[in-house]
Amino acid sequence: MQALTNRAKAVDRRPMTLAEKMYIPAIAKGMGITFKHLFQKKATIAFPEKKRDFSPVFRGLHVLNRDEEGRERCTACGLCAVACPAEAITMEAAERKEGEENLYREEKYAAKYEINMLRCIFCGFCEEACPKDAVYMSETFAPANYQRKGFIYGKDDLLIPHPKEGK
Amino acid sequence: MTLLSIDWFFIIEKVLLISGVLVLSLVVAMYSTWGERKVAAWIQDRFGPNRAGFMGLLQPLADGGKLFFKEEIIPSTSNRFLFILGPSIAMLVACMTSAVIPWGDTLVIAGRPVSLQIADVNIGILFIFGVVSMGVYGIMIGGWASNNKFSLLASVRAASQIISYELPMGLALIALLMLTGSLSLKDIVEQQRHGLWNVVYQPLGFFIFLICAFAECNRAPFDLPEAENELNGGYHLEYSSMKLGFFLFAEYINMFISSALIATMYFGGYAFPWMDSLGLDPNIVTILGFLALFIKTLFFIFFFMWVRWTVPRFRYDQLMRLGWKIMIPLALFNMLITGALILARQQ
Repeated sequence: MQALTNRAKAVDRRPMTLAEKMYIPAIAKGMGITFKHLFQKKATIAFPEKKRDFSPVFRGLHVLNRDEEGRERCTACGLCAVACPAEAITMEAAERKEGEENLYREEKYAAKYEINMLRCIFCGFCEEACPKDAVYMSETFAPANYQRKGFIYGKDDLLIPHPKEGK
Repeated sequence: MTLLSIDWFFIIEKVLLISGVLVLSLVVAMYSTWGERKVAAWIQDRFGPNRAGFMGLLQPLADGGKLFFKEEIIPSTSNRFLFILGPSIAMLVACMTSAVIPWGDTLVIAGRPVSLQIADVNIGILFIFGVVSMGVYGIMIGGWASNNKFSLLASVRAASQIISYELPMGLALIALLMLTGSLSLKDIVEQQRHGLWNVVYQPLGFFIFLICAFAECNRAPFDLPEAENELNGGYHLEYSSMKLGFFLFAEYINMFISSALIATMYFGGYAFPWMDSLGLDPNIVTILGFLALFIKTLFFIFFFMWVRWTVPRFRYDQLMRLGWKIMIPLALFNMLITGALILARQQ
């Protein structure tokens, strides 16, 4: 049979020699290896202090984007909720009133926008579906909370800070 | 106080010494748990405990505190008295062995010679043997009283393992005793102080003793009584809280005492090279000698851990074969050679 790689080795089934039967050389060799490992560089990354670099396409927690003037970009079209395979996104739309032009970019906006981070599978389909560049996935990850309801992120948690007011 | 002719200084001195040795073995055992985890981590390219205090040095305190606060569970089907007796015996016996180990030479305090050995009994080695073999009762009683098949299996394993390995250990020691002609550990150390270390004369005996010490301490590769993956922890399966802590602690104390014993009998104890030609105050030499013994002991504790994280566990039949078919003949052979050499030198 044609070997897939040329690395296959036949199993050595010869009876053990006396030196092998004593096991001592083998144990000594093994202890040499473990002793070398005492001084080797540790593979661990001490997490909270040191962080590993993410790949450029890393998908962490979502953010809701604003435009240059600080207006919310989301128009509550619902395409992200439709795209979401885990059904983690819910929203309620509202109409922009007179005098709210500095808050919302278009005539329709999301009055309520919630993502359940426990349902979310971080596939990034919402990001792809969004026609208004409103949903993005950040590099934040591993949120912690004492209760499940804390994982349902509302607009307060998702919206990025206002570029001018800082809120 | 002429009524009672009690030497009060003697009593105070011994009480202090006993407390000192007890505290020393407890602290060393405590930090052995930390050392074990560190060595394991380093060998596996990890950091080990590093959150509690600098380098994780407060970790043993955290672990001990946790064990104290855990719920105390005594199974309803167990024998309550024996269940408590098991870990108590294990701990008591582990702490008793250190009594005959000479931790150093004599200190002179205010004109009084104070020996750094609690009791220089002339049957020191026999005492250790007797006490160490009682250690298995803690495991056996604990495992049997748990009324659990895994615990029972573990205690049966422990008993037969310790009996099997005590024989070659004793035989290896007989060869040493033929050489030194004394059962007192102090004499053995003094002989090594003025001559060569016993390991030079008894390399094979040392090797057999070392392997048997691993088996007696239930340390890997002979940790069959507590084989985690076959027996769910073995004899301490049903134990919780500080009773479990006592079992684990006793194991580490045993390891410390075994290391001290190996250092004493084969590696010169508190003797170190050129200790008599330094020209220092005898008290300082004694303290240096104690430190020398301590360093030797720590090295052997490290060696125990190093082996544990290198060699996998034996199968039970392999353990028995090694004990009866290899160790005992080897120890007998060692005895024969030693005897022949001693005879040859006399003539």
